[in-house]
Amino acid sequence: MDAIVEVRGLTKLFNGFRAVEDISFDCRKGEILGLIGPNGAGKTTTLQMLLGLTTPTSGVIRIFGLDMDAHRQQILSRVNFSSSYISLPFSLTVRENLMVFARLYGVAAPKKRIEELLAIFEIGALKDTPVRRLSSGQVTRVCLCKALLNAPEVLFLDEPTASLDPDIADKTRKLLKKIKDEQSISILYTSHNMKEMEEMCDRVIFMDKGRVIETGSPDEIKRKYGGADLEDVFIMLARS
Amino acid sequence: MMASKGARILAYTVRHLYLYKRSLPRLMEVFYWPILDLVVWGFVSIYLSRQEGSLPDFITFFLGALILWDILFRSQQGISVSFLEDVWSRNLLNIFVSPLSPAEYITSLLFLSIVKLLLTSAVMVTLAWLLYSFNIFILGFALIPLVVNLIVMGWSIGIITTALIMRYGQEAEVLAWGIALLFQPVSAVFYPVEVLPGWVRSIALFVPSSHVFEGMREVVAGGGGVPISNIVWAASLNCAYITVSIIFFWWNFKVVKRKGLLAKVGE
Ligand SMILES: Nc1ncnc2c1ncn2[C@@H]1O[C@H](COP(=O)(O)OP(=O)(O)O)[C@@H](O)[C@H]1O
Ligand SMILES: [Mg+2]
Repeated sequence: MDAIVEVRGLTKLFNGFRAVEDISFDCRKGEILGLIGPNGAGKTTTLQMLLGLTTPTSGVIRIFGLDMDAHRQQILSRVNFSSSYISLPFSLTVRENLMVFARLYGVAAPKKRIEELLAIFEIGALKDTPVRRLSSGQVTRVCLCKALLNAPEVLFLDEPTASLDPDIADKTRKLLKKIKDEQSISILYTSHNMKEMEEMCDRVIFMDKGRVIETGSPDEIKRKYGGADLEDVFIMLARS
Repeated sequence: MMASKGARILAYTVRHLYLYKRSLPRLMEVFYWPILDLVVWGFVSIYLSRQEGSLPDFITFFLGALILWDILFRSQQGISVSFLEDVWSRNLLNIFVSPLSPAEYITSLLFLSIVKLLLTSAVMVTLAWLLYSFNIFILGFALIPLVVNLIVMGWSIGIITTALIMRYGQEAEVLAWGIALLFQPVSAVFYPVEVLPGWVRSIALFVPSSHVFEGMREVVAGGGGVPISNIVWAASLNCAYITVSIIFFWWNFKVVKRKGLLAKVGE
């Protein structure tokens, strides 16, 4: 299958500190690729480099075969991003916020698209509510609607379920899987929740201290190390 | 499909205008401060103008200066506070991962600052007229180049402030309110440049707003006309100011991306 995202020898030094060190991987069309690792492993830094928010120290990033520096706008209009660490303007209603982003991304028939997404995430009733009155779980879902507005071909999600209660987190994961299956989008997903990654990802990349220490499907990895689940394997790997 | 440049700029501008529909504190900012300023300083100037030996046209000098200074201040705030709105609402990354380019982002902020200052200026001009029968338009045709120069200087300060907040985070937020005031003493807003000590006067020479306010006083005292030399000075300096501010922003943006600070502004 085609690699939509190609990363080769990606390295990021912050003042000499190696946050990401010589990592290489591909993300294919229609695949959920997980970046797993403990806090400080370099997951967020990697995503930020992929999104052009942080400049790599060295290495190559290609998305849709294009170079980020030269084709920033073209790439950004075909991908999207969400994270539990971002939010949306509090005084705007859900619908106003989504309209702003729909226009930024040049979404055709934005009203219809917004209605569709709100329905998928079961927050249609909140469309005229200002974001400040939403619970954090509801904000996360509005952010996910924002991230899907432009029907992205690649979705970057940085710990999207971190602020959700288990029930909503589970619902959100199922929705994301469903969207991925229906629209065959690629998702690059980070989390330090091993269970979540095992459930969600077609393949995972274990990162620790900026390096990739293992790659494969959750099943392959479990078999290789003889662990009962990814968490077992991760503890083994992190301590070795 | 990709939105056009104009559509993206407009979308981002509208994001900020939505705020005024619902947010009382923002509306207050448009009305509250200008009203307070005008009421307090208006009465002060009326009182002073009644003293013996006071300057002719004292009220005109004073209220004119007050309104024009507010234009500079709002123009700067229109940029840096709009940027801070996105920092506070943790929306900055949403914007910077969208197809809105940094240049479009800045254009949109410039545009916003004009909209915001038109709002406050309309309030101030009307109030000054109602309360003190002061008509800013006695400045005549000269008003246009004077105001444009103040706006452009406000933009330059606003762009630099924004860059500094991106770079230094929350600690630099105070600049959004403080930095324009730093220019006030050398702008000779309420007094002529000649009252300044020699070395301050040399600084004032390189501050566009000082030429604007000198120009304003010349128009008031001379009863009209266009203070060409003041305007040429201000405009030339402003060309340098805006160029430097844009280069600084562009360079700083690269540094911020290299240091990975974009995601950390506001933390
Ligand atoms: N802008 C930055 N400046 C300096 N160090 C940073 C910066 N961003 C991240 N780091 C450091 O790089 C390492 C990786 O961080 P991060 O990518 O956020 O990890 P993760 O998302 O896996 O928890 C951490 O040690 C972190 O402190
Ligand atoms: Mg992280």
